[in-house]
Amino acid sequence: MDNLVWIFISSLLINNFVLAYFLGLCPFLGVSNSLETSFRLGLATIFVLLITALCSWFLNTYVLIYAPYLRLISFIVVIASTVQFIEMLIKKLSPALFRAMGIFLPLITTNCAILGLAIFATNRGYGLIEGIVFALGAGIGFTLAMVLLAGLREESELSDIPKLIQGIAMNLIIAGILSMAFMGFAGLFSAV
Amino acid sequence: MAENQNESYETFFRGIWRDNPVFVQVLGMCPMLAVTNSAINAVAMGMATLFVLVGSSFLVSSFKQWIPKQVRISAFIIIIATFVTVADYTLLALVPKVHKELGAFIPLIVANCMILGRQEAFASRNTVRLAVLDAMGMAGGFMVALFSLGAIREILGNGSLFGVDLFGEHFEPWVIMILPPGGFLTLGLILLFFNWVTQQKDKFIEQVAEAERVASDG
Repeated sequence: MDNLVWIFISSLLINNFVLAYFLGLCPFLGVSNSLETSFRLGLATIFVLLITALCSWFLNTYVLIYAPYLRLISFIVVIASTVQFIEMLIKKLSPALFRAMGIFLPLITTNCAILGLAIFATNRGYGLIEGIVFALGAGIGFTLAMVLLAGLREESELSDIPKLIQGIAMNLIIAGILSMAFMGFAGLFSAV
Repeated sequence: MAENQNESYETFFRGIWRDNPVFVQVLGMCPMLAVTNSAINAVAMGMATLFVLVGSSFLVSSFKQWIPKQVRISAFIIIIATFVTVADYTLLALVPKVHKELGAFIPLIVANCMILGRQEAFASRNTVRLAVLDAMGMAGGFMVALFSLGAIREILGNGSLFGVDLFGEHFEPWVIMILPPGGFLTLGLILLFFNWVTQQKDKFIEQVAEAERVASDG
């Protein structure tokens, strides 16, 4: 149980996917201009990460022990098609849910955070439960970082910033400061 | 023939400077920031990306007639993933130490949007020769960016370059630069510098135009 709590907190705060591992930077920098969009993208990412954890556990346990060199290709193909399939299912069953996060699903599939989760979980030898907890922590951590950056960016639009700094350069520097703040969480567990 | 030659040069050098994938198009950020805490890691990552990009551009442009349009993205991804797997196992066999440090970021080359972007935008529409040149130029530009970021971070954060001490024992390393925040900050500052250069250039062009107008009026 302690181990699961550790995995969750670590992937949520200390080793935050975006701010410590630099995974999923494209949506982090690209879509974070409004608070609402980034929250919905975050929810969709949590969802896809959970599916990824299931798929990669299944592949690792039943398929890849026979052909480890197919790891990368099979991860991509299986995750992408599962997400596509679930997207169709949601569209059919719950149009409201589909409108809320459906458009993001195909975009997220080739995101490095998704593939990164599958590879990290494999390298660390996580089982099914550990994998799901890891995915949950990483997804919530991603959403947290995304919402924080979006909030700061919305705020910055109202202030008087020199034209030179506006745009991607400023977002990167904001992200750097956020990342520095998150480094403070590293002390969270050393005391225990 | 001369024009043909020109086109080749243009295709090759465009990636290195004018359309630099990192500094101008801001693509491929994940591996860019994650592995550039030392110059040697940056170079290894650059070489792996060069191999994958050139290999997949060559294959995609050779097979472009036979890839159906509807499934082209999936086909590109599978081609890229094959080359990444080859690069992964090659690095593991040749330089196990670097492979260990890069860790999960070698397989993550697959998710580098720059590579898929080049296949979709260039390799699937051009001849094999141009596609390979373009891939070499883009990967070269990527490598320049990786190396400059890695070198800056290693010099400031560790006081060394390629593991060779530069400043002697009195240097107090700026540790934050080799930690994750340093990556964001350094790239942000480099982009800021590029913005400034572009702004100065625009200003200069404007001034020249203004001077010419005054001269012709006079």
